[in-house]
Amino acid sequence: MNAPNSFRTQPDERGHFGAFGGRYVAETLMPLILDLDSEYRRAKADPAFRAEFDDLLEHYVGRPSPLYHAERLTAALRESAPEGMGAEVWFKRDELNHTGAHKINNCIGQILLAIRMGKTRIIAETGAGQHGVATAAVCARFGLPCVIYMGAKDVERQQPNVFRMKLLGAEVRPVTSGAATLSDAMNEGLRDWVANVHDTFYIIGTAAGPHPYPELVRDFQSVIGREARAQMVARTGRLPDLLVAAIGGGSNAIGLFHPFLDDPEVAMLGVEAAGHGLGGSEHAASLAGGFPGVLHGNKTYLLQDEDGQIAEGHSISAGLDYPGIGPEHAWLRDIGRVEYDSATDAEALDAFQLLCRTEGIIPALEPSHAIAAVTRRARNMPRDARILVNLCGRGDKDIFTVASALGVAI
Amino acid sequence: MNRLPAAFAKGRPALVAFVTAGDPTPDATPAILDALVAGGADVIELGMPFTDPMADGPAIQAANVRSLAAGTRTADILEIARGFRARHADVPLVLMGYANPMLRRGPEWFAAAAADAGVDGVICVDVPPEEDDALGPALRAFGIAPIRLATPTTDAARLPQVLDGASGFLYYVSVAGITGLQQAAQASIDAAVSRLKAATALPIAVGFGVRTPEQAAAIGAVADGVVVGSAIVEIVAAHGTDAPSAVLPYIQSLAVALTTARKGMKQ
Repeated sequence: MNAPNSFRTQPDERGHFGAFGGRYVAETLMPLILDLDSEYRRAKADPAFRAEFDDLLEHYVGRPSPLYHAERLTAALRESAPEGMGAEVWFKRDELNHTGAHKINNCIGQILLAIRMGKTRIIAETGAGQHGVATAAVCARFGLPCVIYMGAKDVERQQPNVFRMKLLGAEVRPVTSGAATLSDAMNEGLRDWVANVHDTFYIIGTAAGPHPYPELVRDFQSVIGREARAQMVARTGRLPDLLVAAIGGGSNAIGLFHPFLDDPEVAMLGVEAAGHGLGGSEHAASLAGGFPGVLHGNKTYLLQDEDGQIAEGHSISAGLDYPGIGPEHAWLRDIGRVEYDSATDAEALDAFQLLCRTEGIIPALEPSHAIAAVTRRARNMPRDARILVNLCGRGDKDIFTVASALGVAI
Repeated sequence: MNRLPAAFAKGRPALVAFVTAGDPTPDATPAILDALVAGGADVIELGMPFTDPMADGPAIQAANVRSLAAGTRTADILEIARGFRARHADVPLVLMGYANPMLRRGPEWFAAAAADAGVDGVICVDVPPEEDDALGPALRAFGIAPIRLATPTTDAARLPQVLDGASGFLYYVSVAGITGLQQAAQASIDAAVSRLKAATALPIAVGFGVRTPEQAAAIGAVADGVVVGSAIVEIVAAHGTDAPSAVLPYIQSLAVALTTARKGMKQ
């Protein structure tokens, strides 16, 4: 395939990223999706919208997030690297954002859009609860009522985040249909939306769903990559050699990658959750183990059987436990611009502990997957190479899961 | 020869009856379909179960779960269709479901298999006109009607796009919501149907939330067809493999109501 002139011009006006993306929604939602699209075009062209977004990111979220040279992790990885090998590892510290993850960047952008559109009620889905907490926070900040759909199984395993959402004034509705996890929460969010089209705005948490969601979530999250690009150049005098980010739906990864897509010297690696291993069915790696299909409004790679029934994803990280992936990643994989790999639950747990001990940072289980991939890659890259990892969330929410996985009672 | 036009040309509103294929089991579905026809259904909508039925309410969600738990495969659904066609040569059969199971082996495969099984139309909930390329051309090539949905949110500016490429009938979803929960005010249905009729010569069938013979008759007084789904699915849920004998009188009550509705209907 011929490389396009730019990798940064997707999607087309119909929301297609190559063969992926699109607007696969019920007719009731279609006029809303079209409204949202035109309002987003207007907002994008409005300097006042951008100014308010930037102001909130600075003063409410705490941006720019730091760029951090992880020297002790780098040294630890060099110990087992061949002579002259062992790349420098750098972190984009999005775990330091208000509410503890990158999710808030997108929520700020979407709630400003909701207000522009005159919507008076917010709904969202959440898996691990990070997007739910971020949505609940911005709803409290702007005084809008908020309903969060969350799989009943996730409600059980993410109790601290459920309580955070409630403290922030959100109503958390447990979803018992299907596998009672993120995918089912998204179905329920779509059902609510279709029944409340006139006053409700659906804040989708990842770079998936019907157009224009994958595009607007990417744009709001691209603050990560824009900052990181400028920070790397300022601190090191050049661009990084490799970007690494964990992928569930893929919003933190596309946010980091997108501003670098037209820099040919920058390689990129997205890391899916391999759960108990790609050999079995208990993983959440849609690119490695899935096939193209249509779910939740877009065409993308999905974990599914030969009849097109959607499989349940599995990952120790509730935030990666989704059977699909954002359509732009599906496109970037197929054209070869971004490489995708995976890390198992066990590898992520090892990486989680390694980072705690070498850098004094407790990462979320999601970026622990990215760090696991870095431990493999860094050893085989020269010492003067630089890897930039998106540390997209902090691990406070995960300590109970990790304790249980390590057999520790707390 | 597509069987749908004749079903809407009987001089009375057509009764369109929906059940989920494979609920409670694939083996149980044929007798339920036969009861729908015996009770007076003019068009059969056979729901294709899906793991993620995001436009459906609790009744049809539960039917999907029961069907998939019973092991229903795409091949079983096509076999149910083929058997139905062998027993009922003239009753139109429509497959209704979501894009992913329909597109899994490619749209041409699905259209060819459905046509071969005697299917007349397909309603794909999550393929709007904007994504027609994904499925529409394949259906048309095999003589299957792509049946489009119009909703309370489909405004006048958008309606031509919905109608472009539509065939069989136009399914008016009378409430902005999921299946089976609310019912629309009759006045809003009357207004919507007359607006749609002004824009298309296709028959207009109205569904979502229709349960009683009285509702069916009121809708039948203005529309060309009445779609009943969740109420039938609930009978199947309550009676399982004994559903046919329970479905039959219910369908008869709707059919009788629609025959009466004809008297008030402008031809």
